[in-house]
Amino acid sequence: MITGLMLTGFTNIAAAVAAIPIHPTSASSIADSVDHLYYFLTVITLFFTFAIFTTIFYFMVKFRRRSPDERPADTKTHLALELTWTIVPTLITVVIFVWASSLYFENSRPPEASTEIFVVGKQWMWHIQHPEGVREINELHVPVNAPIKITMTSDDVIHDFYIPAFRVKKDAVPGRYTSLWFQATKIGTYHIFCAQYCGADHAEMIGWVYVMSPSDYAAWLSGGARNESMAQTGERLFTQLGCVTCHVADNTGRGPSLVGIYGKQEKLRNGDMKLVDEALIRQAIVNPNSIILPNYPPIMPSFQGQINEEQVLQLIAYVKSLGAEERKTNGK
Amino acid sequence: MSTTVIPEMPGQEIPAESRVNYLNASYGVKSWLLTTDHKRIALLYLGSITLMFFVGGFFAVLMRLHLIEPQGALVAPETYNKLFTMHGVIMVFFFLVPSIPATLGNFLVPMMIGARDLAFPRLNLLSWYIYIIGAAFTLYAVISGGVDTGWTFYTPYSSTFSHTSVIPTALGVFITGFSSILTGLNFVVTIHKMRAPGLTWFRLPLFIWAMYATSIIFILGTPVIAITIFLLGLERLLHIGIFDPAIGGDPILFQHMFWFYSHPAVYIMILPGMGVMSELITCFSRKRVFGYTFVAFSSLAIAIISFLVWGHHMFVTGQSIYAGLIFSVLSFLVAIPSAVKVFNWTATLYKGSISYDAPMLYALGFIGLFTMGGLTGLFLASLATDVHLNGTYFIVAHFHYIMVGGAVMAYLGGIHFWWPKITGRMYPDGWARFAALIIFVGFNLTFFPQFVLGYLGMPRRYAVYPTEFQVLNVMSSAGASILGIGYLIPLIYLLWSIRYGPIAGPNPWGAKGLEWETPSPPPTENFEEIPVVTEDAYDYANVGGSRG
Amino acid sequence: MWEAPVADLAVHAPHPPGFKHQFEDMEQQREADSLGMWVFLVTEIMFFGGLFATYIIYRALYLTAFEEGSRLLNVKFGAANTAVLIGSSLTMALAIHAAQAGKKKSEQVMYLVLTMILGAIFLFLKFNFEWRADYHEHLIPGFHFIIRPEWGAAGTHVPLFFCFYFFMTGLHALHMIIGFGILGTLTVMAQRGRFSSEYYAPLEVSGLYWHFVDIVWIFLFPLLYLIGGRFAIPGVH
Repeated sequence: MITGLMLTGFTNIAAAVAAIPIHPTSASSIADSVDHLYYFLTVITLFFTFAIFTTIFYFMVKFRRRSPDERPADTKTHLALELTWTIVPTLITVVIFVWASSLYFENSRPPEASTEIFVVGKQWMWHIQHPEGVREINELHVPVNAPIKITMTSDDVIHDFYIPAFRVKKDAVPGRYTSLWFQATKIGTYHIFCAQYCGADHAEMIGWVYVMSPSDYAAWLSGGARNESMAQTGERLFTQLGCVTCHVADNTGRGPSLVGIYGKQEKLRNGDMKLVDEALIRQAIVNPNSIILPNYPPIMPSFQGQINEEQVLQLIAYVKSLGAEERKTNGK
Repeated sequence: MSTTVIPEMPGQEIPAESRVNYLNASYGVKSWLLTTDHKRIALLYLGSITLMFFVGGFFAVLMRLHLIEPQGALVAPETYNKLFTMHGVIMVFFFLVPSIPATLGNFLVPMMIGARDLAFPRLNLLSWYIYIIGAAFTLYAVISGGVDTGWTFYTPYSSTFSHTSVIPTALGVFITGFSSILTGLNFVVTIHKMRAPGLTWFRLPLFIWAMYATSIIFILGTPVIAITIFLLGLERLLHIGIFDPAIGGDPILFQHMFWFYSHPAVYIMILPGMGVMSELITCFSRKRVFGYTFVAFSSLAIAIISFLVWGHHMFVTGQSIYAGLIFSVLSFLVAIPSAVKVFNWTATLYKGSISYDAPMLYALGFIGLFTMGGLTGLFLASLATDVHLNGTYFIVAHFHYIMVGGAVMAYLGGIHFWWPKITGRMYPDGWARFAALIIFVGFNLTFFPQFVLGYLGMPRRYAVYPTEFQVLNVMSSAGASILGIGYLIPLIYLLWSIRYGPIAGPNPWGAKGLEWETPSPPPTENFEEIPVVTEDAYDYANVGGSRG
Repeated sequence: MWEAPVADLAVHAPHPPGFKHQFEDMEQQREADSLGMWVFLVTEIMFFGGLFATYIIYRALYLTAFEEGSRLLNVKFGAANTAVLIGSSLTMALAIHAAQAGKKKSEQVMYLVLTMILGAIFLFLKFNFEWRADYHEHLIPGFHFIIRPEWGAAGTHVPLFFCFYFFMTGLHALHMIIGFGILGTLTVMAQRGRFSSEYYAPLEVSGLYWHFVDIVWIFLFPLLYLIGGRFAIPGVH
């Protein structure tokens, strides 16, 4: 009867174990290649662990002490063996390093034509903004088979935006922008987790990615209330906050025109060349006098504390739009 | 087959009570609290460290009980966050970092090199008091509401947002750091200057090499965490913008400074265990260690390279991918010396004469579990997989395999091995082996499922989790209950043995080493005459000849 | 047969004064004491080094603010203090030399006391002149710090500079105060005739510590006081 009980117990455990998946859904263009590396590493781990365990077990049995006075023969060392088991693991690690690093480089560089979506983490939710203006909380709708670049920051502490099904993760750090990219390959719903401890409700800072067909996505995007795009909201802010009074488009204001400035290299007063990207524009808004231009006095006030990170992103979207169409506007 | 006492001189069992040794040389609380005898100080540490282990372990038990339910079975999330923080702080700073160096190291370093004490005995006592004061501050923080920043104290949460007892905890860690620094200083000077005549560097037991390498890390790394914690405290009090980005500070700078110490710190936690391994494997296979020079230099290599890899904790912080490359390659490099050691220990068993006493069981468990834990480090040194695994239970499983499957098992193995020397008594071997087995099984059941959980995507430090992760969590909690029982068993029989265990002779294991040439327990001055050393370490082929 | 060990301390030759019994002989003790102090100084280098590294990073990030702050430091007192400390290292070295050369204890005591006086002058100049003035001018973060309009936009980061200034010089001053206590103990020991040409290790080892504290100041002074753009060369940024 005990055997029966044990058998039942083991079968139940085996069934439970068999039902446990060992890898999350693969739903992005890089998921499979990350999994392949993972399996390779698993094989290496299990192989060496198994090899060491069985060797030890074998030696333990074969060379067990048979009498209390046993004195084994003296052996010192064997240089060839030492070198072998130093060099072979080194070579294996070189292979792993090269494989992992090249995969990582690929996974770190978003394709040129990526759609940008902006994420602001704050205790304890994810605020997501599409450039078309749609905003979501803890939900991210994306079209399938399109590269998406997520640019993110945090309003308070360090968070981490993690989508296991896509095998992507990046910290959202307050005071700076970080980014990740992915291309979803399967329509479906996937977890978003916060993966950097951020306080009381860290475990509740979770959500869902909804990967949709392109037509469904377009329908979702334009459905619901008429939204203004991020750039349009940014333009409103630009006026409301008074930016427009100095940053006149035809360069007659106290500050430089911002038309076409995004993506250019700007020379600072001290001779440094800086690329005008999201980070620099953000810096100019919250800490203007850290960027001094040759022909303008450092009189721009800081807007730190007056606007939140999402509004900064909207202003940046507006500035980005200013060269894109050669719009001549007086900003009023 | 119960006890295996092998007296060196058959028939000469002297009752310990009739001989003056370091335990009975003087009585009274003052003689213990004001002692400068390294062996008594080791016991003072043993008591305090054991207490901290069970406090930290208690928090772990609560955590695992809580996690059997996806919505949390036991406490509110705020409390859970405090539990994992305090578990980490206590286990890392008050148990693992001091464990082997302050107990076995303090006891054995002078004895293994044929000295009467450490170079600075009063400094040694001061180290213990500093440890106690630091522990008191941290325990005060625990009682006064706890701290919830994670043992890693990341800013700006810890500097600006947390409303818990950050400063008392940080102060406790800061103070205890000086205990490590002074211990490391003591060991370095002792090993350099007080070796017995004839004891050249390459005749030293590998435990001493391990203590030396660990001390280098104590000396170079601990001051940096001290400054980091101090700056964190300043930021929290004065809000001047060192780490808080809202006022111009750099939160990632905190991580650089924190991990500059805390990565080498994990080698502080494993190197002594590796030293113990060399002692156990050689004794219980009655053979010289295979590749002595390689193992000795591996310890030094690990200590030095450990200072160059801290960035692998920060691959997803948005740091430059080129910085990531450099830290990744160095992290692979630091794995190689550890692999070399594992191979050398395994080769030591070849054609040896192996006995299955409890210390050996712990040693063998260490080798297997450390190999697995170390190899899972490769997943994390690999940039592409680390992106997916960072911040998940994979990391938790990885470091527990090394810290618990490795360091704690080595610690227990060492305690059992040197117990007869320390106390003059033997523990019941059957119970010891049984406990070792329970610990091994419980450990694997607790932490193996966590590797799977991590790859599935369950983040760490989660008080609640999606239901699909429940089965693995329940498995892990079941294992934890077994592991907890496993740890309680030695506590009981070791304490029991002090009074009721059979008397042990000077060398019940037939081991080589100067410490085994003294009576059990040793006299206060260790050696009547300082021995002269004429043979290599672990010269087991040399029948009967002692080193003196 | 194991013999009960007998305390046989009376059997060996009497040891020199100050001998500690964990050592085999005075030479071993001297070497251990010296190595111990060097290892301790390495830990101090890492301790101050971490702080210096953070200072340098923030100086690079907020150069303007740090230069503003640095210009407000009193370089005359800083320079005077540098001279005072260097002088105290000299008197310390002379004290060690006095013992080493077997000079009378009154000479040893004199140099030790001179070192203490110079150290006290350093602390007096720092606390009574520099820090007190900083307090009255509202330049101590956490104690009614006032951000001055003439600092402009960099003003928000000037408190950070002063935070580093007070932390670094404060930590240094703490080490000096501890050194002061050590010197006091040494003076008492010297007065009791404890030091001779055979036994002066405590002086040597403490001298190492004192010189180290001096060297830290020699790094602090230029980093905090001198590189604040106060010696601007026209035409060069």
